[in-house]
Amino acid sequence: MSKKLLLTYDHIPGINTLEVYRQNNGYKSLEKALKTMKPDDIVEEVKKSGLRGRGGAGFPTGMKWSFLAKPEGVPRHLVCNADESEPGTFKDRYLMERIPHLLIEGMIVSSYALGANTSYIYVRGEYFYIIKILQNAIKEAYAAGLLGKNILGSGYDLDLYVQPGGGAYICGEETALLESLEGKRGNPRLKPPFPAVAGLWGRPTVVNNVETIAAVVPIVNGGGDEYAKIGIGKSTGTKLISASGHINKPGVYEIELGVPVEEFIYSDEYCGGIRNGKKLKAVVAGGSSVPILPTELILKTAKGEPRLMSYESLSDGGFATGTMLGSGGFIAMDEDTSIVKNLFTFARFYHHESCGQCSPCREGTGWMEKILKKFIDGKATMSDIDLLWDVQSKIEGKTICPLGEAAAWPVAAAIRHFRHEFEEYVKNPQSIHDVKHYFRLNNLVEA
Amino acid sequence: MAKVTIDDITIDVPDGTSILAAARMIDEQHGTNIAPPTMCYYSKLKTTGGYCRTCIVTVEKGSEKDPRPMPKPVPSCRTNVMDGMVVRNTTSPELLEARAGVVEFLLINHPLDCPVCDQAGECHLQDLGYENGKEGTRYEFQRREFEPIDIGDKIKLHMNRCILCYRCVKTCEQITDGRVHGVINRGDHAEISTYIEKAIDNDFSGNVIDVCPVGALTDRTFRFKSRVWFTNPVDAHRDCNNEKCSGKTRLWMKGDDVLRVTARKDRWGEVEEFICNSCRFDHKKTSDWTIEGPSKISHHSVISQNHNELRKLQLGVHKQIKQLDGTKIDLGEGALNPNNIDK
Repeated sequence: MSKKLLLTYDHIPGINTLEVYRQNNGYKSLEKALKTMKPDDIVEEVKKSGLRGRGGAGFPTGMKWSFLAKPEGVPRHLVCNADESEPGTFKDRYLMERIPHLLIEGMIVSSYALGANTSYIYVRGEYFYIIKILQNAIKEAYAAGLLGKNILGSGYDLDLYVQPGGGAYICGEETALLESLEGKRGNPRLKPPFPAVAGLWGRPTVVNNVETIAAVVPIVNGGGDEYAKIGIGKSTGTKLISASGHINKPGVYEIELGVPVEEFIYSDEYCGGIRNGKKLKAVVAGGSSVPILPTELILKTAKGEPRLMSYESLSDGGFATGTMLGSGGFIAMDEDTSIVKNLFTFARFYHHESCGQCSPCREGTGWMEKILKKFIDGKATMSDIDLLWDVQSKIEGKTICPLGEAAAWPVAAAIRHFRHEFEEYVKNPQSIHDVKHYFRLNNLVEA
Repeated sequence: MAKVTIDDITIDVPDGTSILAAARMIDEQHGTNIAPPTMCYYSKLKTTGGYCRTCIVTVEKGSEKDPRPMPKPVPSCRTNVMDGMVVRNTTSPELLEARAGVVEFLLINHPLDCPVCDQAGECHLQDLGYENGKEGTRYEFQRREFEPIDIGDKIKLHMNRCILCYRCVKTCEQITDGRVHGVINRGDHAEISTYIEKAIDNDFSGNVIDVCPVGALTDRTFRFKSRVWFTNPVDAHRDCNNEKCSGKTRLWMKGDDVLRVTARKDRWGEVEEFICNSCRFDHKKTSDWTIEGPSKISHHSVISQNHNELRKLQLGVHKQIKQLDGTKIDLGEGALNPNNIDK
């Protein structure tokens, strides 16, 4: 049984209420932080823990916090990014739905560490019922003196607000989120300046993912060094993985970083293997924007070592043979899946969600979708594969925010690892309508 | 001061200068042509730039302190120079390829209706496509279409031609009062719009026509009157009652008729001083103006390419013509033959 830090108590009935949460060690870290620690001590603990941002980029949280500018007399803000919109990722929803107080506790402790007196949780618009859950929890916390003026008699004040978003994927990008929070159109800002210097309303701001903020609670409770012992190498601690696709047990799993991918897919503790006894064909390991990998490369690295669920191991081999841990949206696909059809769905999503600010993404995402539609309609030619490759390469790295890359990477990876499938659709346009039959018949997929 | 090297030319610039500004300084001092093209950046307006990605450059060396190269091309308009920075623009084939990609993206949904577009001849997108793009198109799908809209009785919006540079939005935000105009929708459906097509009614709204790099916002009072290269631009001024307006303008004349009034533009295609709507739309008589003389148009567009030069040649003023790259061709005999001038 692997170690759990965040979802230790999620099975307890009523854990979403303050009463039950406090009976189960809730708000211990807050008492410890406010009564025995200085703000900088907490930052130091987070640095020691080696915690890395859980939203996708994996940037060390302690370092991000220490970059926060602290000019005299200027308020600072902590913003929680709960705009979880990456296809395949649903861990934050689970966490907020089940244990809202864990996030609120993390928010208070983190705000105290950063010296923020007003903090925000920006929740995506589609999570309307979660907004209710969070607001109830915040109400309870205010009533118990855990929020508001003079928290637990420490003299520290904090107001916490929940802000619903409009449901745009782009608002999960931290600067677009800040624009949206300010009441403007959710267009990403040009960096620099980074939010740590000029963020919300031009003030120094830290934006962290829900899971990152929740992870501060066990770090403060047990100490950064203890946290750093969990996991492997620079991938410390535990990570929530949203497992979906053709597996027997889809759901949110808390894993200790470093679990072998093979174990994660096939052991009964986690995904429980591929459903209906089929073979695994490919895996998108960290949410729709990370490169897709075929079975042989997801289970073992190019060097032949077993691939582990960690930041380093998954990105071993670069994009040629590796991928990314991303936000932990683990999508497994069985042998009957059409990679091209799946890619078309992703491309359609990114086309729909592009904000339209910078040209490569605005025009390129739509173009890629249209080319992929040709494959689906059986009208594609061989040169379309090269064109698709060229278009994605012209988007990648040329945009303001990572959405351009998020749109380009899946296309690049699909062509890199499954070019034969694109070619099959060109040669035999009918095969796309009967993937199962066609690919089995031609023995195209060797798991 | 910071020392920056762009395309092997070194220059000292004040700290906080953008790479683009440094490149323009080099061009002005050395007569070179290394400044990256810009479609959205506008030095006269704040917070512009960074959107169109045509001005991307490669940073080969970050600075003296941190010599690592930057991993991705950076927008030169919004990236400041560091001491010891080494930048590649026209000398990097990879970068030119990347820029050609950006140009292609800008053109795939552009209607290419230059023959019926009033902007033709002074269009930055034409220049960009000509200088940085590739021949032909690989786009085979239906282009995005919008209906043309009248924004008030003076301005026409052709959203089809828009490249979403946001210049007009920033103009309305910064030099007119009470902005009613912005961007609605997102992605490739995004469009410039006034709320419920409300007319822009402001003394300085006409400037959006001048800042628009393409034919998306055009002057309705000049609509289909003439191709710009058949008009003669002259600099002129008048005493304008509006305090904010300098009254210094450029008249586009045909014979004795003033067909159009615009602000004066510098060699980078940016207006020197914004003008009011009264000067722009209501004073179309030669007698309204004190004419200073022919305009010097150095921006590389069709009108500048041969327009003034040709007139001088016809008058026998000089025997050489300056090309885009700064080199001069000796025309010698037969200078008046248009075929020779086109080279």
